[in-house]
Amino acid sequence: MNDSAVRTVAHEPAGGTLSSARFREAYRTMVLVRALDERCLALQRQGRIGFYAPHAGQEATLIGSALALEPDDWVFPAYRELAVALVRGVPLGTIVDQLYGNARDVTRGRQMPNHFAFRDQHFVSVSSPIGTQITQAVGAAMAAQRRKAPIAAITYFGDGATSSNDFHAGLNFAGVFNAPVVFLCQNNQWAISLPRARQTRSSTLAEKAEAYGLPGVVVDGNDLRAVYATVRSARERAVGGLGPTLIESQVYRFGPHSTSDDPHRYRPDSEVEAARGRDPLHLAKQVLLGEGLLDEATDVKLWEEARAAIAAAVTSAEAVPPPDPSTLFDDVFAVVPPGLEAERRSLLAMLPPKGGSP
Amino acid sequence: MTELTLVQAVNRGLAEAMRADPDVLVMGEDVGLNGGVFRATEGLYKEFGGDRVIDTPLSETGIVGTAIGMALYGLKPVAEIQFLDFIYPAYDQIVSELAKMRYRSGGQFPCHVVIRTPYGGGIKGGLYHSQSSEAYFCHTPGLKVIVPSTPADAKGLLLTAIHDEDPVLFLEPKRIYRSVTGEVPDGDHRVPFGVARTVREGTDVTLFAYGAMIPPAVEAAEALARDGVAAEVIDLRSLVPLDETAVVRSVEKTGRAVIVHEAPRFCGFGAELAALLAERALYSLKAPIARVTGYDTPFPYALEQLYLPNTEKILAAARATVAA
Repeated sequence: MNDSAVRTVAHEPAGGTLSSARFREAYRTMVLVRALDERCLALQRQGRIGFYAPHAGQEATLIGSALALEPDDWVFPAYRELAVALVRGVPLGTIVDQLYGNARDVTRGRQMPNHFAFRDQHFVSVSSPIGTQITQAVGAAMAAQRRKAPIAAITYFGDGATSSNDFHAGLNFAGVFNAPVVFLCQNNQWAISLPRARQTRSSTLAEKAEAYGLPGVVVDGNDLRAVYATVRSARERAVGGLGPTLIESQVYRFGPHSTSDDPHRYRPDSEVEAARGRDPLHLAKQVLLGEGLLDEATDVKLWEEARAAIAAAVTSAEAVPPPDPSTLFDDVFAVVPPGLEAERRSLLAMLPPKGGSP
Repeated sequence: MTELTLVQAVNRGLAEAMRADPDVLVMGEDVGLNGGVFRATEGLYKEFGGDRVIDTPLSETGIVGTAIGMALYGLKPVAEIQFLDFIYPAYDQIVSELAKMRYRSGGQFPCHVVIRTPYGGGIKGGLYHSQSSEAYFCHTPGLKVIVPSTPADAKGLLLTAIHDEDPVLFLEPKRIYRSVTGEVPDGDHRVPFGVARTVREGTDVTLFAYGAMIPPAVEAAEALARDGVAAEVIDLRSLVPLDETAVVRSVEKTGRAVIVHEAPRFCGFGAELAALLAERALYSLKAPIARVTGYDTPFPYALEQLYLPNTEKILAAARATVAA
């Protein structure tokens, strides 16, 4: 690793620290996301939702980074960032509605689970192609810079995305235009079946920043406080006109890439078990217990509350019907053109009348 | 009214839009000090500065990706891709992102970016400075695809594009950037999308064309007139949305259709027009529909004049159609 270019963040660096109250709240969200993963993997196996991309192992990075942002900042996520939306105030039920693609889903059932969009939280629409959000985040940051708005854009992506065209273009544009953007690479060691070592010959992903003239930082992604401080300082740097930062948050994806793959085919269980020794949830709990901010009874209660909230959201989401067939044709354009209106009439004419028998 | 070339009309449209709205900005390769390789952005850098006339690094995905982010934030970027042939690194951003952003977010994130790009052959540009790949984009729901053929339309359609709420791919026929001049209305002149232009009225055969194919289509119509054949020439100018009514009505009147485009025939835009006429005007047809197009080869360099549709080819097809 090129030590001159890449800084490794140890515990509690400069950049501000998380208050005890926010740390405890962060832990509660970590529990909620872990419990949601468990429930959603089961729901997918039962055929009740179509797909799911789990977060286990990445909660400290997701939640620590989200806490470091301000409400007016813009988030350009990949598909493993629902925890960020939760921190930014999106209700659990709204998230579960999207997983079901029901009539209450704010994205109108248009996309697979985990492909969220939340306008009010500046949480930009998620797509499946890898890395495309990176250049978009730079553009939003350039726009904010032009408007002199004291905000930053943050974009999330994985280790695999560092091989994408938009990673290169995005970091390059950000450097040239000094855009107020934070590049947060969640290096979870696996891009579906491809290990990190096969993604690039670089020793770290953070050191790639040097070629673009940006600072690159490696942070222990299992350490919520370290992630918070690192992202906070990168965010402040961006807003202060000092330019973009690439952060490599080193984590480990405990589960599959998604419900569509079986990690036993490509990695040994022993590796996963070793990584679980540094489970971010466990580490956060130990800190809270050690500082007297949590006790075992409260922890049990947090898990019970999380599971109850998820059960209620699932029950509620399942009671909502799918989107109305007529909505299929909305939002392609600002105004539905005549050709699409004709297609809509044609589809609706084939369906049984509402409320009537087929 | 001012007499302008097509490229001057584009330049005029950009300048007026930028004067009227500080959120409008221009970005692309060599658009700043250099004024664009075809001079479409000439003078803009001097008037509006580097903040609004942004010379970007050489990356089409970077140009369109950042334009998308700017548009999401609330600006109105007009991105230039230097040649349509070079747009493919941005294809993912255009097709997967820009075109789908409004839909996939349930209407929460409209994304209005205008992408201007010169297209088409006839300038000795060979494989990679000549192509006419509009069909790839017309096939993508969510994009509007516009092709002016006159200076007045170039300005009027560009201003409509900049004021629209949807993403627009604005294809400029570079072959006639300077060879075509015309009167261009001053001020906020807007030409609506989805309305074809009847270049010339006729009763015996309709020639459908757009962009740089309009001049040879008009020449063919003039030659047909000397033979006593009254050809109607329709300039589609807006491929998406398409003025289906104008297309169908014209053939209901003439009973014969010749479709002209530079792009290869197979799955070209002409196939969509032919299908539309088969669905909605079949009983009006007195002869099979004819297509005069580029060949199904890559775009050639030395033999480009043989590759491209021209007056002679259009005339031959029209005469055969009328004789059928």
